[in-house]
Amino acid sequence: MDDLAEVPVLSFSLNGQHVTGKVPQSGRLSDMLREEFSQKDVKTGCNAGDCGACTVLLDGVPVCACVTPAFQAEGRGVETQAGLFADDPLGAQLADSFLAHGAAQCGICTPGMMVAAVALLRETPHPSECETRDALGGVLCRCTGYRKIIDAVMQVHDLPETQGTGAVGQSPLRLDGTPKVGGSEIFGDDGAPQDALTLRVVRSPYARAGFEIGDIAKFVNDHPGVHFVQTVADVPGEKLFGVIPGFIDQPVFAVHEARFRGEAIAAVVGEKDTINALNLPDDFPVTWCERPAAMTSDQGIAADAPQLHENRPGNIMCEGRVRHGDAGGALQRADVVAEGQFRTGFVEHAYIEPEAGFARRVGDRVEIHACTQAPVMDQEGVASILGLSLDQVRIVPTATGGGFGAKLDMSVQPYLALAAMQTDRPVRMAYSRRESMQSTTKRHPSDIAVKIGATKDGFLSGMTFDGTFNTGAYASWGPTVANRVPIHASGPYRIPDFLAETRAVNTHTMPAGAFRGFGVPQSAIAQEVLFDDLALQLDIDPLQFRLKNALRNGDRTTCNQLLESGVGIAACFEALKPHWDKARSGVAEFNKTATTTRRGVGIAAGWYGCGNTSLPNPSTIRSGLRPDGQIILHQGAADIGQGANTVIAQIFAEALGVPLSALQLVGGDTDITPDAGKTSASRQTVVSGNAARLSGLALRAAILKLCNAGDGALIHPMPGGIEVHEGGQVHNLPLGSLPSNASGYVLEAVETWDPPTAPLDEDGQGVPYAVYGYAAHIAEVEVDTDLGTTRVIRFIAAHDVGRVINPLLAEGQIEGGIAQGLGLALMEEYIPHVTENLHDYLIPTVGDMPPVTSLLIEEPDPHGPFGAKGLGEHVLIPTAPAILNAIRHATGARMTQVPATPDRVLAAMGKLS
Amino acid sequence: MRYVTATTEQEALTVLKGGDVRVVAGGTDLFPAMNDQAVLPPALDISALAAFHGITRTESGWRIGAATPWRDIIRADLPAMFHGLQAAAREVGSVQIQTRGTIGGNICNASPAADGVPPLLTLDAKVDLISENGCRRVPLSDFLLGVRQTDLRPGELLRSIVIPDLPDHCLSDFEKLGARRYLVISIAMVSALVVPDGSGGFSDARIAVGACSAVARRLTRLEELVVSAQRAEFLEEIYSGHFTALSPIGDVRASGAYRMRVSETLVRRMLTGFLKEGACG
Repeated sequence: MDDLAEVPVLSFSLNGQHVTGKVPQSGRLSDMLREEFSQKDVKTGCNAGDCGACTVLLDGVPVCACVTPAFQAEGRGVETQAGLFADDPLGAQLADSFLAHGAAQCGICTPGMMVAAVALLRETPHPSECETRDALGGVLCRCTGYRKIIDAVMQVHDLPETQGTGAVGQSPLRLDGTPKVGGSEIFGDDGAPQDALTLRVVRSPYARAGFEIGDIAKFVNDHPGVHFVQTVADVPGEKLFGVIPGFIDQPVFAVHEARFRGEAIAAVVGEKDTINALNLPDDFPVTWCERPAAMTSDQGIAADAPQLHENRPGNIMCEGRVRHGDAGGALQRADVVAEGQFRTGFVEHAYIEPEAGFARRVGDRVEIHACTQAPVMDQEGVASILGLSLDQVRIVPTATGGGFGAKLDMSVQPYLALAAMQTDRPVRMAYSRRESMQSTTKRHPSDIAVKIGATKDGFLSGMTFDGTFNTGAYASWGPTVANRVPIHASGPYRIPDFLAETRAVNTHTMPAGAFRGFGVPQSAIAQEVLFDDLALQLDIDPLQFRLKNALRNGDRTTCNQLLESGVGIAACFEALKPHWDKARSGVAEFNKTATTTRRGVGIAAGWYGCGNTSLPNPSTIRSGLRPDGQIILHQGAADIGQGANTVIAQIFAEALGVPLSALQLVGGDTDITPDAGKTSASRQTVVSGNAARLSGLALRAAILKLCNAGDGALIHPMPGGIEVHEGGQVHNLPLGSLPSNASGYVLEAVETWDPPTAPLDEDGQGVPYAVYGYAAHIAEVEVDTDLGTTRVIRFIAAHDVGRVINPLLAEGQIEGGIAQGLGLALMEEYIPHVTENLHDYLIPTVGDMPPVTSLLIEEPDPHGPFGAKGLGEHVLIPTAPAILNAIRHATGARMTQVPATPDRVLAAMGKLS
Repeated sequence: MRYVTATTEQEALTVLKGGDVRVVAGGTDLFPAMNDQAVLPPALDISALAAFHGITRTESGWRIGAATPWRDIIRADLPAMFHGLQAAAREVGSVQIQTRGTIGGNICNASPAADGVPPLLTLDAKVDLISENGCRRVPLSDFLLGVRQTDLRPGELLRSIVIPDLPDHCLSDFEKLGARRYLVISIAMVSALVVPDGSGGFSDARIAVGACSAVARRLTRLEELVVSAQRAEFLEEIYSGHFTALSPIGDVRASGAYRMRVSETLVRRMLTGFLKEGACG
C-alpha cells in the first residue's frame, strides 16, 4: 500500500505487444490507450459507458475502456479494433464484411461495434439476430440504423459478391472505408501532435446570467501549466459569428451576459494535464448573477419576456410565409376539415464524435484540422473572427464522426485558431459529451397549428399552417427553418389554396440550428397526422387518399412552381401499395387474437427541396491528369459518413468514362480543393455531383482532343499512361511530353454547377429549388395497450431518388434516417440542464431498430446528375408521422406531441388521468 | 495520484480508515461522476480481493461477493430462486457494463433505479459489512436508506451479500420497463419470487418494485394477499391499496401517475405468469 506520489507505471499486453506506460491522471484505460500508446482507434464518445465507442477486449471480454480503471489492465491483455484487424483473421474477415455490407458510415462507432462483435463471434461463430443484438446493444450508432451492422456480423462468413467497376447504379465498396474498418481513420481528436497545448472553454452554468471576469493574471499565476486565457478582448476581428448574412449574432465569447447554459465566456490554454484538471467554471475567476430566463417560445414572446437582441422586438428573430390562393375561403367551402395543435421538443444530433480538432500557426497562416460539414464556411468564419484574409486560413477536414447538421456551425474552430495564433505550439481541444450537448445546435422545438380541408370526394382543398419555432439564443440556421417550413408544409400534395406562416423566437437556450430536414420533419408530423384525420372522416383508405392528392408531373406547388417532370411521389405510393394491403390485413388478423397488444400500420410521406432556398449555392469540382496517367479528383464535398467520397467519385468516373478504381481522391483541404459547398440540404449528390459530372465531361473532352478521338471513344487508364480506343485504333497518349501546370497536371478541369432557382416574392411564390426528392414510409407497430410502449416491427420505405447512384449507400441513408425518425417519434427530447448526457437523452439502440425494406424509385430529375436527386434529409421526414399514424391505427390514440413516450401514449388512449 | 489496489482485506480497511477514498470495483459509477474534470479522485480498488468475488453455496444459503460482476452472475449455473436476479443482470446497461459493473457497486450506488435491488429484496438478501471493528450483517432493506443514501459507515466495506436458501421449485422473475432496449434506466421494474404450494396457490410470495420510490420497495400487503388467497383469485382482488408503499415521482422518463399504473400492470402480469408456470410445474 503506497501513496502514489509518482506517476504510476503499468505493464500489459496491448494487441499482443508488451507495453509499459504511465497512467493518465484521469485513471481511465481509454485515456491511457489513446494518449500514452496512441491507440486512437479507441474512441471517446461519452466518458460514461453510455455509447460503447471505446469498447476494447480486456482478457478477451468486452469493456468500455472509459469506465475501466487503467490499473486493472496491469498484467492483462488488451485488444482493440486495430489489433483485431491486423492480427486476428476473424477481425479482418469482419472488416471485409463491414465494408461489403455498408456497415460503417462515418466510422466513429465502428471500432466499438467490431470489437464487441469479435467477442461475440469468438464464442458464437454463427449468432442469431437476438444474440447479435444483445452483443451490440452497448454500442450506439447514429448513422446506419444498425441493420447493416447486424447483417455484417451475422453474415461474416458469407460475404456478398463485390460489384462491378463502380459505375453509376452499382455499389462499390466505399472508397474511404478501409481506414474506418481497420482502425486507422483519423477523426477530430485523433491527429493532434504530441506537443500540442490543450484548450478548454469556460461556459455559463446558467441559462441567463450577468457575469464579471475577475483577475485573470492571478488565475494564470496560481495555476502553473496554464499558459494564457482568452476572452473577447483577445478577438482581433469580428466578435460575432453566424452562418446567414444578416443574422451574424453569436458572440465568440459572451460579453457581460450569457444567454444560454453552455455559452462560452472565455477559454483557457495550457499543458494538457493542467487544463484537463480544472473544474470549470468554478476554478475560473468569474462571478455570476443569475437572471430570469425565457426557455420556451411561449416564454420568449410573452409581453414581459427579457429581450435577447436589441433589434428583434418581441424576440421574433424572423418570419416565413407562403400564400397561394385563398386558404380561408377554401377551408370554409371544404366538406370536411381536420385541425390540430402539435408540439415537438429539442432534438440532439447525438453524433458519437464530439466536436474536436487542433490548430497550428504556420508563418502568418493558421491551419485547422477538425471535423466539419462545411470546410469553406469554417475558413470564412475563422478569417472573419481572426481578422485574417481567407488565404491565411487553411481548413483540413478530418474524418467526421457524424454531423447531421450541427457540424455545419463552427464549434472548436475559432477558439483553436485564436489560440494557435498566440503560441508557437499547436493547440488541441475536444468537447466533452456534456459540452457538446450543452453548446451545439439542436432541432427546433415547434408549436404548430394546422387546419386542412377536403371535398367529400377526397380532394384536398385548402390548408392553413401556423408554426412557431424556438430558435434559442442565436440565429444559427433558424432563418432557414422559418423559410423552409412554409414551402414544404403542404407535403408532396396538391393543395390549391394554402397559407403557411412561421416565426422563429429567440430564447435562453442553446441555438437551434440545422438538423436533417430543417424543420420539415416537425411540420410533416402535423400535416400527415391530420391527413389520417381526413381519411378517417372521409372513410377513404389512407394510402389512397394520399395517392389521390399526390403531386404529379405538370402540377404547381404551393409556391406556384411548375414541376414539369421528375415528380415521383405517386410512384412511391404505388410501390408501397401491395406492402400496405398485406400489412393492413396482417395486423387485422393479429388483432383478432391479441390480448395485451395491438398492432397497427401507418403511412406518411415527405418531400424536400435539394440545396439552398432560392439562394446560390454552387459547388466546384476540380480534376487533373498527371503525366504518369494518374487521374486525380479533388473531392471537396465533406463526407460525414453519408458517402460523398464514393458517390461524387462514381459520378465523375461515369462522366469521364473510366472505372472508379482509376481515380485517386484528394480531400477537402481548402489549400488544394475548391469549394464544394456545405454538406447540408441534401445537396451534395445533386450540386457537387453535377459539378463532378461537368468536370468529368470536361476532362474527357480534353483527353479525347489530344488524339482527335470522337465522343464515342473509350478511355483506358493504364499503368504509366492513358490509352484511347476508338474503332479498333489505340492511341497511347504522350502525356510525358505535355507541359504540366503548377499543380503538376497536364490536363485539368475545374467545373462549377449552381442549381437554377428564382427568388421568392413576399408570398413565397417563385422557384425555391431546382430539384426535389420524394419519400413515403409505412411503419408497422405493436403497442402494449396497458404499458403504452411501442415497438416498431418493420418499415417499408419508398424513395424517389431520381437515379440511384449507389444502392448500398442509398439504403444506408434510408435506414439511418429512419432510425433518427424513430428516435424523434418515440424517445428523443433534449431538455436543457436535464438531459446533458447519453443516458438521460436516449437515442435508438440496436434493439429498437426493426428491419427496413427499401424501395428505390427512379423518376429522373431533369437537373440532377444522371437524373439523381438528394436523399439525406428525405429519409426521416415521413418516419415519425408514419409511426404516429400506426400507433393510432393500433390503438385509436391520436398523438399530437413527440416523443410518443409510453406515458404519453397511455394518456392519449385515455388510460391515464 | 492515489490509487491503491488492495491485496488483503486488512490493507483495504486500513486505507479506508485513512479517509477520503472512493471504493472502486468496476468503475461504472466512479468515472461518470468525474464529469468534465479529468482527475481520478483517491481510490481504493477492491476488485482483486478474493473474498469479494464469486457465488458460493453456504450452509444456510448463498453468498455473493460484492465485487462479482453481473456477467459472472449471468453465466453462473444457479437455481430457480436466482432467475429474477439473473434476468435483472441481463438488463443492466449492456454487455460492456455487465462485464464491469458489480452487484455490490449497484447496491452501494443506491440509485432508485438500481436493477439489482428488487430481485435481491425478493431474496431477503442481507449485506455483510466489514470494518476494523469486525463484521455486521444488515438486511438489504435496512441498508438502503434513500436516493444515493446507505447505512454504510465510515471505514466500512460491503464484502458480500448473503441469501437464505429457497425451495428448488420456487419461481422468480424480473421485468424492466424502459423507453428503449439496452442501455436504459428503468421507468419502472418489478421482481417477484413465489413458492408454489403444490395445489395451485403459493406458500410464499415476495414482490418488489423499483424506480417508483426513493428505494425499491417490497409490497408486503400484496404478498400477504397472494399467499392467503385461494389459487388465482387474488388477481381479482389486487387494487391500488396494495401499492401504497410506492411514491413514484415524475421525471424525464415518465410521469408519476404512469409509473404507478404500470407497476400494477407489471406485477399482475408477472403473477399471472407464475400461475401458469406453477400449474405446469
